[in-house]
Amino acid sequence: MNENYKVSASPHIRDRIKSSNIMLMVVIALLPATIFGIWNFRHENAWILVVVTTASAVLAEYIYEKLMHKPITINDFSAVVTGLLLALNLPPTLPWWMGVLGAVFAIVVVKQLFGGLGQNFMNPALAARCFLLISFTGDMTYFVYDGVTGATPLAQLKAGEAVNTMDMLIGNIRGTIGETSVIAIMIGAMFLLLMGVIDLTIPASYLISFVVFIVIFGGHGLDAQYITAHLCGGGLMLGAWFMATDYVTSPITTKGRILYGICLGLLTGLFRLFGGSAEGVSYAIIISNLLVPLIEKITVPKPFGKGGEK
Amino acid sequence: MNKCVERIYNGLIKENPTFVLMLGMCPTLAVTTSAVNGIGMGLSTTAVLIMSNMLISMLRKIIPDSVRMPAFIVVVASFVTIVDFLLEGFVPSLYDSLGLYIPLIVVNCIILGRAESYASKNPVLPSIFDGVGMGLGFTLGLTCIGIVRELLGAGQIFGIQVMPESYQPITIFILAPGAFFVLSCLVALQNKIKKAAAKKGKAVPQSAGCGEGCASCGNRSACGGHLIKTEAEEKGKEQGVQ
Repeated sequence: MNENYKVSASPHIRDRIKSSNIMLMVVIALLPATIFGIWNFRHENAWILVVVTTASAVLAEYIYEKLMHKPITINDFSAVVTGLLLALNLPPTLPWWMGVLGAVFAIVVVKQLFGGLGQNFMNPALAARCFLLISFTGDMTYFVYDGVTGATPLAQLKAGEAVNTMDMLIGNIRGTIGETSVIAIMIGAMFLLLMGVIDLTIPASYLISFVVFIVIFGGHGLDAQYITAHLCGGGLMLGAWFMATDYVTSPITTKGRILYGICLGLLTGLFRLFGGSAEGVSYAIIISNLLVPLIEKITVPKPFGKGGEK
Repeated sequence: MNKCVERIYNGLIKENPTFVLMLGMCPTLAVTTSAVNGIGMGLSTTAVLIMSNMLISMLRKIIPDSVRMPAFIVVVASFVTIVDFLLEGFVPSLYDSLGLYIPLIVVNCIILGRAESYASKNPVLPSIFDGVGMGLGFTLGLTCIGIVRELLGAGQIFGIQVMPESYQPITIFILAPGAFFVLSCLVALQNKIKKAAAKKGKAVPQSAGCGEGCASCGNRSACGGHLIKTEAEEKGKEQGVQ
């Protein structure tokens, strides 16, 4: 998958960058969140789930491509990214075999059946998370921190209870393995921004439109504490920086990216405030993924010399 | 009599309405949450299909071509109403779980499709057997899907626990997405089997031709009005050339 795709109007810039470089950088950027999550949930042995899920994603890709006599593409690290992202989206107490099932679903059903890397119509890791969420609702919403079971801060927020935003920033809270620490996620996100792997358009328009939605409909007005809690809670940061920006499932035009970010923000706000469960980032992202072809259709840039002002 | 056996083989295997013709997808996807529901829906449809094929075949020379659709619908709807009441009276539990999908048999593509493409052009006896074959094929398809979904989604088959106690049901398989997953996997599986059979040199199951009347055919856009001949016609043509 290292050929250069020509997807926009000419002229084009040649670049040495390859899929595998980008994917490797995403893996590196995910390391702070991963390491923090493993440390944070050390009593729950979160590392087993992370290792098993990532390994089974790679293995599933290898076995599928071997069986289908396709070129083996596990060297481009995309399966590693999918497996790792899926693991970071799972609660630490989940039985390991559910992680395996999710990884196989992500790779085989969502990614490979649609043609492999570059062809998947929605984010494989999130599709697998939703698959597991629907199948094993009990296990997927069972959150433990330091041996104590309870609601996530986001659920407490929805129930109208007070939450500690400082803990949410650092990550000493209940949640999925990789979503708890905003600081660790931001370190990785900054790395990706500096390396030019992602740009600010999608995360910025996502977070801004989400905040606007929360201010208007949240019922707390411009309450900084409430807004911060919503921004730091749940998978919003992980989703906005690592999953909404997935190259394959996000628009390629700048206008389209802004529109896509706004869609994400509105849907996330809608699900969080008016939905049945406290969290809605994963559903918001996969629904917006499905809208990407339509968004791209209405934001096609005009080739140089064509059209123009009348 | 050979023709009648051929119709049943055709409905069950060669042109299985669920896996080959892809007809009646709405009940296929909606009611197959368990094997019992699959069988119940399949047999109800079979009963309606046999009766409607019989009656439409009897009336084929009486019904004017221009009003054949309303006439078919009236015939089918009458039988569906009878089946609906019978189920409500004798198997209320099945009736409750199938719900709206029993009245919806009226608009099932298989029934109208068979009436239009077979019963309205053929004598009574083959039409009845065509109904039997297609109905059993539909039942077979629905039951297969139902068994897989019930097994994965609830750990049971026909309500009997098969999986060990430790098995945790994958709930998604008895929800709507599971129906698509299972259907696609089973279709892929049967295509694989048929492909293997074709390679071995067995008789390749082919479409039995599209007959005449492109105007009413749903696949017109796919074939571009090209008339597909039956195998027999094809053979005759080859021999003629030789």
